[in-house]
Amino acid sequence: MITTASALRKLPGSLETNRRLDRWLRINADGTVTAFPGKVEIGQGILTVLRQVVAEELDIELRRVRLAPADTSYSPNEGMTSGSRSVQDSAIALRYAAAEVRDLLLQRAAAKLGVSLEQLSVADGTISARGGGSATYWDLETSDLLARDATAEIVPKPAELHTLIGMSVPRHDIPAKICGAPSYVQDIDLPRMLHGRVVRPPSRGARLATVDESEVRAMSGVVSVVRDGNFIGVVAEREEQAIRAQRRLERIAGWEERPTLPANSDPRYLLQMTSEDEVISEKCEKTASGRAKTRLEAEYSRPHIAHASLGPSCALALFQDGKYTVWTQSQGIFPLRGDLAKVLGIAEDNIVVTHSEGAGCYGHNGADDVALDAALLARAVPGRPVRVQWMREDEFAWEPYGSAMVVKMSAALDADGRITSWSHDVWSHGHSTRPGAKGGANLLAAWHLAAPVTAPRPGNPPLPGGGSHRNAIPLYDFPNQRVTNHLVREAPLRTSALRSLGAHVNVFAIESFMDELAVAAAADPVEFRLRHLKDARARAVIEAVAAKAAWKPGERGDGARGRGIGFARYKNLGCYVAVIVEVFAGNEVEVKRAWAAVDAGEVMNPDGLMNQIEGGVVQTASWTLKERINFDRERVTTRTWEEYPILTFPQAPAVEVTLIDRRDQPPLGAGEGAQGPTAAAIGNAIYNALGVRLRDMPFTRDRIIGALA
Amino acid sequence: MALTITVNGRSHDIMAEAETPLLYVLRNDLKLKGARFGCGAGMCGACTVIVDGKAVQSCDVPVSAVAGKTITTIEGLGTAERPHPLQRAFIAEQAAQCGYCASGIIMTVKALLDANPGPSDAQIREALSRNLCRCGTHVRILRAINRAIKEMAA
Repeated sequence: MITTASALRKLPGSLETNRRLDRWLRINADGTVTAFPGKVEIGQGILTVLRQVVAEELDIELRRVRLAPADTSYSPNEGMTSGSRSVQDSAIALRYAAAEVRDLLLQRAAAKLGVSLEQLSVADGTISARGGGSATYWDLETSDLLARDATAEIVPKPAELHTLIGMSVPRHDIPAKICGAPSYVQDIDLPRMLHGRVVRPPSRGARLATVDESEVRAMSGVVSVVRDGNFIGVVAEREEQAIRAQRRLERIAGWEERPTLPANSDPRYLLQMTSEDEVISEKCEKTASGRAKTRLEAEYSRPHIAHASLGPSCALALFQDGKYTVWTQSQGIFPLRGDLAKVLGIAEDNIVVTHSEGAGCYGHNGADDVALDAALLARAVPGRPVRVQWMREDEFAWEPYGSAMVVKMSAALDADGRITSWSHDVWSHGHSTRPGAKGGANLLAAWHLAAPVTAPRPGNPPLPGGGSHRNAIPLYDFPNQRVTNHLVREAPLRTSALRSLGAHVNVFAIESFMDELAVAAAADPVEFRLRHLKDARARAVIEAVAAKAAWKPGERGDGARGRGIGFARYKNLGCYVAVIVEVFAGNEVEVKRAWAAVDAGEVMNPDGLMNQIEGGVVQTASWTLKERINFDRERVTTRTWEEYPILTFPQAPAVEVTLIDRRDQPPLGAGEGAQGPTAAAIGNAIYNALGVRLRDMPFTRDRIIGALA
Repeated sequence: MALTITVNGRSHDIMAEAETPLLYVLRNDLKLKGARFGCGAGMCGACTVIVDGKAVQSCDVPVSAVAGKTITTIEGLGTAERPHPLQRAFIAEQAAQCGYCASGIIMTVKALLDANPGPSDAQIREALSRNLCRCGTHVRILRAINRAIKEMAA
């Protein structure tokens, strides 16, 4: 291995923490290239983008690029696939790695052919010298070539030479999925595989008092019943037998329960709890405060909501010769391995964690937890793999939720309708309880064992991305502002990362309040935003969406239909998104149409980006209009789709996305950019339609009737 | 007990208890993984297959109830190499994010189109009212269905 001074330089993306070129790329003699990304496909299309990047920089056809599934035994450790960071982290790493590999291959070819580098050109992996003579990537000796650290000194192709990047290359994985081929961890079928299910406590504080396992052990197909403290699981030959045994255990287990949950699901319980308060942004300009004429205050909220993946979480595990192999849909195979090792009491080296795609997760759901369930059950049946899939009820009751949040806003306007001061206070539980934290294990079953491994202190990812404070700092230019994060660390219900984290609620609050201020200033909401915004790219997306939707200054709804706008730059450092929606308020509020304008810098795959934004708009309409996790003092009472309705086909809006091309700018994360602006646009459209302001999500029929009364 | 079921034109002898949901027989005995578990209660549509021309939720139907009937799963429509026109339209429109809902949706629409080759937008949406998609791919899915209807009529 060659180590040079360059090892000390900061390298782009995840190359910084995984510097060896052969960690990322391998040239195969069969005319293919294998890339080894540490990021994983969660339905966002990232693997297609990574193939585009590799093919582009190496000057090979897409079909030659193979992607190795993420696996702790060989993949680079890229942490989590989260936070809309995969393009910045993984695509940028692969871009520089591939550019450098191409250069190394050319150097070797130049030496072999006895010509200078300038005389060489590449087409689909064949290197040709101007004066004749050629070599291919596949027949050059490359076994030693990539065994070195990247320098990132080879400049990747300029945008004007791109033939694959920036093209809507169809996703590689879609045909198999559309044709029903095995595609997910849920579909893995191993020889001699057994099926496991876990019986969860009925409530957070429950303790297992009595259970007579003998009648379950005698049930047809049951291979093992595993009981360890408050953890009970069952392993059976057939899936339906495991489910039947799980149901029987649920009926016969006696639990002692106690009330641990807030008195009701109104998120304002947060205001009664102890919080850690931190001012995260402060600006002070006295002359402006002196001009204040009108003062406004408002309070906004969201209850706990669920990731509610369509496919309940699934994992498989095999315990053999003291070692575990785990197949998982986790967004972070290395952090998961670390937490599994803590709970199973063995060294990380004795666990191999392999990624396989799952149903869309939208953040931290039960994916990691079920991997521990599978490992604990597999330990009881050495040599036979155990597949565990959570039931729908398990997922609703036990997944970590997107936290309830409350935001209090206040602001002042001067006589000219300009905001002179702004304050934003946000109360929320932490938005990160993923595996990989210090001081414990963030895996559900770990807390239920007789010798539990306890949960680390929940918290937030730090700013600038932030967690509950994500997007709490406005992008607008106000002379006075104060933004305070009130972290309620103690959480009666586990909460963790749900797509966009706190941004959904913070942007909802900021952008609803901007509309309220625009009304107070008798201004058009689009113009009012532009009045307070210097950032040229921010202005451009607002202007673009207004043009696309043919927004008319001062337009008013008709008592049923109305339109509203919302805007944010995701995390204040990712993509810019502005959304206009049209709602129809009949028996229920329906979002009929939505227009979105997006600036995500350099766009790798326009259709992939549009797919993410369309989905973001529709999913957010669902969160905002319909969703809430309910509970009583002991139990989560939301267990099925009947109790957790989401947006359906009859209610789905038409969505039109406009991309602003900035190929000269770095790519900006975009997978979560639509959530905040969409929520606010819906609230603003309802006001525009009906003249009532809804500040508490979800905007159900009851809420509308209440507001109109 | 021993049962015989006919799936995608082939007859299979199965050893399973009568009340076993059809879904587990398809996935675990016949290794047809295209119908997917979503809720186990017929509420999400991820497991939809066609039985005697009707879209049914295979998680909610005992295998004994479909013995002797004609069962079609997503695998019976086409393959990535030779897709059914509906599948071709979904691929052309890139009508998937995670794709977990896709086979259930395609089977629901197949049953609809077999009965009514020219449904209105409202009829399509209504037929899909019990097929959930959590990624929010509805817009593209509806576009793909309309593309398929046009192609199948041509």
